[in-house]
Amino acid sequence: MKEQLQKDFDNSIKNLSLSQKDIEIKKFCLENFKDKGFPNRKEEDWKFSDLSQIIKKNIGELSFYNDQASTNKVDTSVFVDGLEHNKIVFINGRIEKIDFDYEKKDQIEIIDQSETINEFKNSNSLSDLNNAFTNKCFKILVKKGYKLVRPLIIYHTTNSKIWSKNINLRLNFELDKDSSLRLIDLFNDTSEKNFLNIFYNFELKQNSVLKNYKVDKFKNKNIKYSFNNIDQDKNSVSETFFLSSGSNFSKNEINCNLNGVYASAFVNGVFSLNNDKHHEIRSVINHLTENTKSYQLIKSVLDGNSKAVYQGKIFVNSDAQKTDGYQLSKAILLNKESEFNAKPELEIYADDVKCSHGSASGSLNEDSIFYLMSRGLSYQQSRELLINGFLLDVVEKITDSEIKNLIKNMIGIKE
Amino acid sequence: MDKRQKEISNLKDYKYGFSTDIENIQAPKGLNEDVIKFISNIKKEPAWMLEFRLKAFERFKVLKEPDWQKPKFPKIDYQDLYYYSAPKSMKDKPKSLDELDPKLLETYKKLGIPLQEQARLNGIAVDAVFDSVSVATTFKDELTKQGIIFCPISEAIQNHPELVKKYLGSVIPTSDHFFATLNSAVFTDGSFVYIPEGVRCPMELSTYFRINASNTGQFERTLIIADKGSYVSYLEGCTAPMRDENQLHAANVELVALDDAEIKYSTVQNWYPGDQDGKGGIYNFVTKRGLCKGKNSKISWTQVETGSAITWKYPSCILKGDNSVGEFYSIAITNNHQKADTGTKMIHLGKNTKSKIISKGISAGSSDMTYRGLVDISSKAKNSNNYTQCDSLLMGNKCGAHTVPYIKNKNSESNIAHEATTSKISEEQLHYCQQRGLNPEEAVGLIVNGFCKEVLQQLPMEFAVEAQKLVGISLEGSVG
Repeated sequence: MKEQLQKDFDNSIKNLSLSQKDIEIKKFCLENFKDKGFPNRKEEDWKFSDLSQIIKKNIGELSFYNDQASTNKVDTSVFVDGLEHNKIVFINGRIEKIDFDYEKKDQIEIIDQSETINEFKNSNSLSDLNNAFTNKCFKILVKKGYKLVRPLIIYHTTNSKIWSKNINLRLNFELDKDSSLRLIDLFNDTSEKNFLNIFYNFELKQNSVLKNYKVDKFKNKNIKYSFNNIDQDKNSVSETFFLSSGSNFSKNEINCNLNGVYASAFVNGVFSLNNDKHHEIRSVINHLTENTKSYQLIKSVLDGNSKAVYQGKIFVNSDAQKTDGYQLSKAILLNKESEFNAKPELEIYADDVKCSHGSASGSLNEDSIFYLMSRGLSYQQSRELLINGFLLDVVEKITDSEIKNLIKNMIGIKE
Repeated sequence: MDKRQKEISNLKDYKYGFSTDIENIQAPKGLNEDVIKFISNIKKEPAWMLEFRLKAFERFKVLKEPDWQKPKFPKIDYQDLYYYSAPKSMKDKPKSLDELDPKLLETYKKLGIPLQEQARLNGIAVDAVFDSVSVATTFKDELTKQGIIFCPISEAIQNHPELVKKYLGSVIPTSDHFFATLNSAVFTDGSFVYIPEGVRCPMELSTYFRINASNTGQFERTLIIADKGSYVSYLEGCTAPMRDENQLHAANVELVALDDAEIKYSTVQNWYPGDQDGKGGIYNFVTKRGLCKGKNSKISWTQVETGSAITWKYPSCILKGDNSVGEFYSIAITNNHQKADTGTKMIHLGKNTKSKIISKGISAGSSDMTYRGLVDISSKAKNSNNYTQCDSLLMGNKCGAHTVPYIKNKNSESNIAHEATTSKISEEQLHYCQQRGLNPEEAVGLIVNGFCKEVLQQLPMEFAVEAQKLVGISLEGSVG
């Protein structure tokens, strides 16, 4: 793999006009990645999902060079109907379209940051890989007091042109004071056996509101890793929702730093898996100052040979008195072969806090099925009804009603 | 006056901190094959035992000290320890208590463990372990009548080799982790219990561990076998003198429960915790593991952890037999600079197995406490259940309380439920108690005892009283 890495790296920086210093940084990151390789189960954070093995088994040899010169045709059929929205379209990792038609032009700034490398403070080797190979990077700045009228949908589309490739993406967002953004990440893959490595960085200034919905719904054979870093200032609110279902393997990580007082973070997630899919959500919420709040709810329905992992951590440092942290994960295992692993973690250094977590996993309640069947439903109907109700609980947590309905339709949950 | 007060407060802090001035035989300092042979030789062990030790030592040489635990500690120099230390008077084993060195008798009396049988409370048989050897075992005759074997493990190796050979290392093999393997290589003494088929042990069995010599690691090994349909309740207590350097205690405890048998293992751990600035104290790195080998067997761990500079242990249950039950009740209290990383592992292998974990952690001062636990339900463990509850109480903003559960469910017919909370003592509760005339310390003591009640009531009566007092003492000075 090392030779391939070097070759592809040389290819990819050839076309870039970077300063010597930036090239050095990229080289340094590459060397780091070469040393460490893909994360494996020996690392605590990857204990339940050995990425190195998963890539070996599902993809084999990866190549890292992406030719960004030629444009791809944007297929408009993937666009969401019935909801007016702004768009950013990625096709095979290349930005094809940025479109903020519904917004005031002077209130949103799109800054090309390709020339500056801002490293991620993330200890795992995938950030090194991302730093080394990302060659187009934008920052989206929402200016002071501006609330986007329509949501922004980012389409991550891949097609059959790519095969056994690693795609690295990066986007930065800054929400200035009193601004707000609704963001949907929609994955749409018709490609197979690629590894997507996506890094997002969010900076939330005072009183700003971010709502981020990540929807991985369509069945595909790709492997995805996505890392989200959120820094929150005073009074800001972040809401993150994951629908984790389509890809063969997916790991979503969220690292949220509550730096300002009265900042709050909400993380909700649904795993709906079958066959031999393997998905993970790992969240770290850092309560760094007084009066911050976090709430997490993750529910899984697992069928077939699938496996879901939830690692959630609430960290409270000694200054963060009056923290309110809550975390709940629940799983229903439908099949003998399915598996649910959880590591809900509390690390607390302040005494005046209210922190709790709960985790439960088990089978569908036979009594409930009996109750429904005795009222005339078939076994299959009762089962569906119960699962629907179980998942609906999480979807109902979505605070934006427009998007809630959109996601309900996508999952096919009826009320 | 000042001096006197200081003395009193010292006594209050750790009343078992005295040391006994007694002549010792020690193995040469350091760890090598010769030392292991020395230990084996002085214990007059058969060849297979020495082989067991050397095998473990071979494995130990390639192992690395683990470093994933939360409490970090300075590197231990394993060559700078004595692996064997025994009172000289124990060289030729005394036949009866009358021949026992009066100094030893005195020591145990001071600890509140009189070895003369008539002085004992009814119904507890004691095996007293002093540094590396077992000095006395009480009520032997009465137990022998029922066919119960309760003796130092060094005696069992000679008198009951068939049992020891069969079960020693069957739960904690010589190829286990770093500290367990070290223990397998150099263990010196400990207790051996065998309860024959269908016997309900008429009294509580108890071991009292005492580290006396300085620079000595205590490596004892306890093996308890409950044959079909039997029952035993076993208690363990421990203390050590106050010394400035850290001392290592790496014991192995193996429990085997056959069909329909039940073992109840209770610990009140009160090793010297170090002084207020965190100087000295015991490193308590113990491996405790129980195997529910037979059908319908049950193993229950109860622990009250108040001592040690660092406590790092996970009493575990392997639920292999169908319908077997594992339980874990724990109170861990850390104060000043104490650190604890403790919890349990419940490994469900058999059908219809059940486990229950109740863990209460209290941290005060500048201490740090972690609950780390594993619940693993394998794909064959149909219809299994686990319930886990871990609550932490924090006093002050310099301490930490952490919860790190690992939950693995590979079986769709099994249920796991886990709950954890972290909070502080509410002002309202304190106010309520103080209003009724309790001072703040008494109030905290009362509330904490209530917080721990679920675990305390699992302890045998005599222990429960002691544990309740310990809970109070450990937290003294942490309020206000």
